[in-house]
Amino acid sequence: MRNDSAKTTHPVLIFWIVAGWLGYCVLPWYGVEDGLFSFVWLLEGYPFDEDFAPAAFLIGQGEKLWLAPLLIPLALPLFALGRVKSDPRYAQLLILSGVLGFGWLIAQGFGIGIRGFSYEWLEALFGELGDRQYGMGYGAMIAAAAFLFLLTQGIAARGAVNGDVFVVSAIGGIIVIVTAFVFFPIAKMLFAAFVTEDGAYSISVFAAKFFDDRLWGLGCFFGARCGAAWNSLFLAVLVGLITTVLGLAFALVVTRSGFRFKRGMRALTVLPIITPPFVIGLALILLFGLSGSVTVFFADMFGVQPTRWLYGMPGILIAQTLAFTPIAFLVLIGVVEGVSPSMEEAAQTLRANRWQTFRTVSLPLMRPGLANAFLLGFIESMADFGNPLVLGGNFDVLSTEIFFAIVGAQYDQGRAAVLAMVLLFFTLSAFYAQRAWLGKKSYTTVSGKGDSGVHPLMPAGLAIPVLAIAIGWALFTAVVYGMIIYGSIVELWGVDNSLTLKHYVTAFSFRLEDEGIRWTGAAWDSFWTTITIAAIAAPLTAAVGLVTAYLLTRQNFAGKNSFEFGTMLSFAIPGTVIGVSYILAFNVPPIEITGTGIILVVSFIFRNMPVGVRAGIASMSQLDKSLDESSLTLGANSWQTFRNVILPLLRPAILAALVYSFVRAMTAISAVIFLVSAEYDMATSYIIGRVENNDYGLAIAYSTTLIFVMLVAVGMLQLLVGRVQIGRRTQLGTETSK
Amino acid sequence: MKKLTVTFAGSLIAFAASATMAHADKLTLYCSAQEDWCQLMARSFEDATGIDVNMTRKSSGETFAQVRAESANPRGDVWWGGTGDPHLQAAEEGLTAEYISPMREQLHDWAISQAESAGNRTIGIYSGALGYGYNTELLEANGLPEPSCWKDLLKPEFKGHVQMANPNSSGTAYTTLASMVQIFGEDEGFEFMKGLHANINQYTKSGSAPIKAAGRGENTVGIVFMHDAVAQAVAGFPIKVVAPCEGTGYEIGSMSIIDGARNMDEAKQFYDWALSTDAQNLALQVNAFQVPSNKGAETSPSAPDMSTIKLIDYDFKKYGSSDERKRLLQKWDEEVSVLPQ
Repeated sequence: MRNDSAKTTHPVLIFWIVAGWLGYCVLPWYGVEDGLFSFVWLLEGYPFDEDFAPAAFLIGQGEKLWLAPLLIPLALPLFALGRVKSDPRYAQLLILSGVLGFGWLIAQGFGIGIRGFSYEWLEALFGELGDRQYGMGYGAMIAAAAFLFLLTQGIAARGAVNGDVFVVSAIGGIIVIVTAFVFFPIAKMLFAAFVTEDGAYSISVFAAKFFDDRLWGLGCFFGARCGAAWNSLFLAVLVGLITTVLGLAFALVVTRSGFRFKRGMRALTVLPIITPPFVIGLALILLFGLSGSVTVFFADMFGVQPTRWLYGMPGILIAQTLAFTPIAFLVLIGVVEGVSPSMEEAAQTLRANRWQTFRTVSLPLMRPGLANAFLLGFIESMADFGNPLVLGGNFDVLSTEIFFAIVGAQYDQGRAAVLAMVLLFFTLSAFYAQRAWLGKKSYTTVSGKGDSGVHPLMPAGLAIPVLAIAIGWALFTAVVYGMIIYGSIVELWGVDNSLTLKHYVTAFSFRLEDEGIRWTGAAWDSFWTTITIAAIAAPLTAAVGLVTAYLLTRQNFAGKNSFEFGTMLSFAIPGTVIGVSYILAFNVPPIEITGTGIILVVSFIFRNMPVGVRAGIASMSQLDKSLDESSLTLGANSWQTFRNVILPLLRPAILAALVYSFVRAMTAISAVIFLVSAEYDMATSYIIGRVENNDYGLAIAYSTTLIFVMLVAVGMLQLLVGRVQIGRRTQLGTETSK
Repeated sequence: MKKLTVTFAGSLIAFAASATMAHADKLTLYCSAQEDWCQLMARSFEDATGIDVNMTRKSSGETFAQVRAESANPRGDVWWGGTGDPHLQAAEEGLTAEYISPMREQLHDWAISQAESAGNRTIGIYSGALGYGYNTELLEANGLPEPSCWKDLLKPEFKGHVQMANPNSSGTAYTTLASMVQIFGEDEGFEFMKGLHANINQYTKSGSAPIKAAGRGENTVGIVFMHDAVAQAVAGFPIKVVAPCEGTGYEIGSMSIIDGARNMDEAKQFYDWALSTDAQNLALQVNAFQVPSNKGAETSPSAPDMSTIKLIDYDFKKYGSSDERKRLLQKWDEEVSVLPQ
């Protein structure tokens, strides 16, 4: 036996067995109210106090006896230690342990809640429990992870994915977290749509809420109002179309014209990503509202009565177009640049004129980009919450209706769930329509072969209008952002226009005292919370996204398509829906994290993960597979290959994902508004409070500060990425030359 | 080595001390008044008692939704501020706890009757009358007559100049609807709402938004609580406040202890403190112009003088109940909101 063990030590297996026992015997099993890292629990009766005790101590004291069966799956893998991997017993033991342990952990978590048994049939079966449990803590989490990875090691040992432990574990891990934090809350919310007031389930409740006139009414054709569903759909289609056209115009100007200020246009792209919500809407009111400067100017000049035309559909449309055009541009510029010049040159050699080339070669090759840009604009518009709130007037859209169904005087979670379902249906349909439209055609034009040449200029008939549109819109954007800065330094917006810095002082004042700096400004609390949460969420998002991307591009396994769908699903789910579903799902055990910072971090990870995945896929498909293969042939396993070969080459993608998720975490509002709490207030929800309170100066000053903070973050990224890319090229060269 | 152990032990003791301090008494406060008032209440209570306060500010509707969502596992201790209806509704659903404060005898009768109608699960902390405010500059620019009664707002020249919140989403607007029903009787009250509907330019989502829009010059008349209108005028916006001649309804800003609060003792301590004159005088520092419920508390000179306002005998019990509320809202939805404007 001892001789054998020299050959059959499995460091990974030992690690997870130890982790499982640690989670069970050492760490507090249930959630610690003050947070594990306050370490208060160490001094308050640990390990015997019921609140902080590890599972083993609980059982030892005769409490929470339903945790005792976990000892069996914890002990099982010990018998696998002496065996070799190829021994079928090895795999069987691990799989059995994993399934039993993980399954039992989940079953007891859902079965027993804070009021004893959670289901009546359990009570009928076993009688009153007379005990209860709160949400799981780190002990339970570590134990669950141990069971999961024991299971994946067992599956790998049976030969799945060439017996690759790392790949199987990564797949298992991602399936579990996506299920827990995307599918589970969404499912929970969908059920809420069928609950009657007294807690029973009924289809008729759903039907009554679904076939509501406020949702599907077509009154706008007869002078009254249309339902929120039609409004949202109509608006989203318009925004998608307009942003795509404008984005294309910008992309063409930057890549295919002799325009001089291309760099400035590129800089515009970062603006919407770093702009907190509401700010654009407020600036538009300042310009075009009933008493806005532009309105008043024209009213005086032409002697017409100023109107409230801005409030409603036109206002939202302008604000959303301003906000989302740069996103379309970002998508399209890659595609427009990616169309290989050799194709266009070929067309021209065949005597096509510039216009024909553009129409029959360049444009069709841009189809994936156009579809993507439209989809993004559509979804962003559907999910947008801030602009309709400020500029909506009587034009109801789904996202605000969801919010007010929950927080308004209606207090109707069921209605919110129904509205969320409609919203989700729209976005998912758009997602599928896009895929169907693109079909399985190939749009690849860049092959491994040398690809010199320059893009032809646009035909003149196209260049002039495109340039005019792009410049006009760019100027408009500049004016709006100028207005934002101006709004933050005037005394009382729209009334007293004397310049002042008092809003910045109120928000960000601090005093130097003996003990150090005292942050006295009103905004500091939420500011630091925001920075901290964003900084924690960013690396986790990047990690989850890149591992997923690696699995999707480099590995083949059963169910890969549904795996991809699952990981991309959260992209199509609007933030408001995520917020509502998280409240419903995570306020009660087994996962009880509302009111903590964890729920914010988790929501950011799964909101932004798809971007990390996309960035990872894009860069990984540029890396030739032969690199992995040579590493594998040289005896490295897939984890070593991932760590030592792929990750270093992915640095730009990693940085992009990091900064994107950092910045998004600072500007997100739609999900956040439901999830903030006393201790963890975020900048955006603080700003919303100030806007509600008519305290525009402070709100805009705070937003402006955030914009500059994020500009610095993005600027630092650009610097870093620029350097890394140079480094990468040399590295690539040396690596291939080896 | 010994020195190291000593430092280690020392730091451990310091750590223990700081840890116990960190674990000092604390209180989670849900606050539904304006942000700076909430901040001030929380900080002042900390100063007065040494209890750490965790405060979240959300509108009363949001807070009610949160308290209800958390009912299986309450996280908040005290819910302070916000219009009385959601507090009454929370009491009706048993989400808040019964408590009779020793401070009661210092309070106005309306505050105590609010408590009694809810089985002592809530209590009045301030009150404010409904009314409207208008932007004097816009009124002049549009050549409109100065309104002084509710019915003045029905005049055809006010078309497109009046704003109120949507009763479905705002407690303020629901109070307006219920007040009209009580002032004019149900049939005539709904006729009034229909007439008003023709002049409304937007039903806002939040209760005080109409007067804020008026302050910014985006709207002429906003139907709101008068203290909100006064706050705009004091902030420097050209707003004039009107107490309508037919009489008007009012709200009672309330406070409740959440049932099953994790820090029940601290919650009661806060409750008693919030009813004291000291605590209620804080309102003046943040331009909150409501009338405090403690008889001894000061009122602001800018506040609307409650003695000159014709207040109706608002039936909080009836119009705060969820059945009546649903009925009126549904009737408003079906008979008023669908009319062309």
